[in-house]
Amino acid sequence: MTETSMNTPSGSLFAQDERTKKRNAAEKRFRMFGLAAIATGLLFLVILLTSILSSGLGAFQQTFINVPVYLDEAKLDKNGNRDIEDIKKVSTFGYNPLIQQAIFDSVTEQGIETPLAKAKDMKALLSASAAAQLRDDVIANPDLIGQTVTFRILASADVDGYLKGRVTRESVARDKNTDAAHLDLVDELRDAGVIKKSFNWAFITGADASESRPEQAGMGVSMVGSFFMMLVVLFLALPIGVAASIYLEEFAPQNKWTDLIEVNISNLAAVPSIVFGILGLAVFIQFAHLPQSAPIVGGLVLTLMTLPTIIISTRASLKAVPPSIRDAALGIGASKMQSVFHHVLPLAMPGILTGTIIGLAQALGETAPLLLIGMVGYIATDMPDGFFGGFLDPNSAMPAQIYEWAKRADPAYYERAWGGIIILLVFLLTMNIIAVILRRRFERRW
Amino acid sequence: MSFVKLTASAIAIAAVSATAAAARDQVQVAGSSTVLPYASIVAEAFGENFDFPTPVVESGGSSAGLKRFCQGVGEEHTDVANASRKIRDKEIAACAENGVTDIIEVRIGYDGIVFASQLDGPAYNAFTPSDLFNALAPKVVVDGALVDNPYTQWADFNADLPAEDILAFIPGTKHGTREVFEEKVIAAGCEATGAFEAMMAAGMSEDDAEDACLAVATDGRAVDIDGDYTETLASIDANANGIGVFGLAFYENNTDKLKVATMSGVEPSTETISTGEYPVSRPLFFYVKKAHIGVIPGLKEYAEFFIADEIAGPDGPLAEYGLVSDPELAATQAAVAAEETMQ
Repeated sequence: MTETSMNTPSGSLFAQDERTKKRNAAEKRFRMFGLAAIATGLLFLVILLTSILSSGLGAFQQTFINVPVYLDEAKLDKNGNRDIEDIKKVSTFGYNPLIQQAIFDSVTEQGIETPLAKAKDMKALLSASAAAQLRDDVIANPDLIGQTVTFRILASADVDGYLKGRVTRESVARDKNTDAAHLDLVDELRDAGVIKKSFNWAFITGADASESRPEQAGMGVSMVGSFFMMLVVLFLALPIGVAASIYLEEFAPQNKWTDLIEVNISNLAAVPSIVFGILGLAVFIQFAHLPQSAPIVGGLVLTLMTLPTIIISTRASLKAVPPSIRDAALGIGASKMQSVFHHVLPLAMPGILTGTIIGLAQALGETAPLLLIGMVGYIATDMPDGFFGGFLDPNSAMPAQIYEWAKRADPAYYERAWGGIIILLVFLLTMNIIAVILRRRFERRW
Repeated sequence: MSFVKLTASAIAIAAVSATAAAARDQVQVAGSSTVLPYASIVAEAFGENFDFPTPVVESGGSSAGLKRFCQGVGEEHTDVANASRKIRDKEIAACAENGVTDIIEVRIGYDGIVFASQLDGPAYNAFTPSDLFNALAPKVVVDGALVDNPYTQWADFNADLPAEDILAFIPGTKHGTREVFEEKVIAAGCEATGAFEAMMAAGMSEDDAEDACLAVATDGRAVDIDGDYTETLASIDANANGIGVFGLAFYENNTDKLKVATMSGVEPSTETISTGEYPVSRPLFFYVKKAHIGVIPGLKEYAEFFIADEIAGPDGPLAEYGLVSDPELAATQAAVAAEETMQ
């Protein structure tokens, strides 16, 4: 030890010098930045979720009117012989006056005072779907004619919006269909129990509706469309993807060609999805003449989009199986194929399934390619008939339906679009949770 | 091996589905997004009242719809094209080239085009075509001379208008509405302000001057909206000084957010449009492929149902939504019943 160090001790080993202090401060700063980043991310997530929930939960409630309707024989079956063909000739337009009269009667019966003096004024309270509902019931059971039957019919979007707070007296001030007198009447009818809000199953199971009746629109048919598309993706992308990755990973020689293929697969995974839509339009519809708007075309396009994701994740999980497993299998006399299919593949399965589910979830939420193959518009109207109908009948998909609703003029559709987003999110979350559970349960660490 | 089986069955399913793709039993419609709401209302009522399946209505714009319509005859092609403008000669020729010769033209009614702004925004209450031309044209007449548009605020050329920066959200060129806007507003303003004459005096031929009259400035005062009216509405929401071009039906569904301006002193409404007082309106059409009638079940019934009095008449659901009903509906009904084709 030198003289200087003895006389001027640089301090205890525990005290920090300038450099250490600086380094420690830098680390502390970095941690703070990390925390701040996570906090910002969480904040945005909370903002996103609250805005989705607050805008969309309304769609799961719907306003109904309970009203006894007298099914007038003179109007619905003029010949009085209950001939189904005669009854079918009365269109929905013939049923509207009956329903309007029925509501007007129940208003009078309740002793409610209103400046709306004509049965026709009740039109603004009703959904246009009511007439179709009555007509379907009468055709299914012609004996109802001549009786008074209590129906639970949809209230119009304005009435529904009023009970949900979207429509106010100020906002209808310049509306030509609904006015403040209608809203006063709605208040009275609600107090009398004629108009009630209840859970809206039709939103989850129903079909798309036209622009003039948002109250009737539901996600059901487009959900079925998405389901059939996912079937196509699952049954095409999974086998093709797994077969391709097994070959590339286990059997293919390492040469320029396989390198080229590998680079291309990674590139394909990054191709914008709209490109696959254009490809689908050109190849599947214009060249192969598959039908427009059919889930099979949507499924094929999404298969192309999902394949690279599945191949990449499958190869990663095959790679994660240690070579000792293969060597052991080969050592006791298994063929290369036996070692792959009996030992490597089962061990890689959890990873493959996780990758597939995440790929499917990505495909489920994809809208852009569907725009080009005719899945946006007034499409998802009838449930497909039968299994093959599910692939071929025109249908939409959940994200395309949401996009379509968001475009429509009536503000009531805006709420439906958010409601649709909630349903889609529930599906995506479920799929991702299943993927996490699979990984947790079956994953092996080496 | 299970994967081999899986792959084989998947391919088999795909093959079976592809061959089963032949028979189509619902009417397929594509075209104008302006006509889409009306077509969807009709399709829905059609599905309810007939034993045919509900027709499928796609959007995508008049031009795209007519292009697909003209691709050929056969089940894989659409049966009906919706259009917010008349079919062009070029399109008829393209149709004929692909064997689509017998086309039935059906006019369903009229649509008004309105100028609206934020409900609580500046007082854009009255416009004339001249105002919009002065605001949006690249070259305007100032003191008798044709100059590059010097105006930045509405009050610069019309003291009755508010002193706000000029900002208009107009339909993009793929929309049929753009054409009506150019012809009925900008071109009308071009003539009214004397710009047309000034262009002719400057040595332009009549055709060139007419084309120049349709131009809209591209320096940011007019913003093209290629999406739907909801996008225009969002832009108006974000810009208090902006005015937007909407269809009458869209405005009537959003009266709680928008206020509408009069055009040359006339307030837009179904009444003023049907009498022709409100100047900015256009007919809406759909086109039916005659070769598909009798092949696609329900096609003729759909066409007839669309223009039936109870649907397209003045008290029908289309008028309620915002369509201006056609006074000559009876003639159209007769023409469709007789399957009269163009020319």
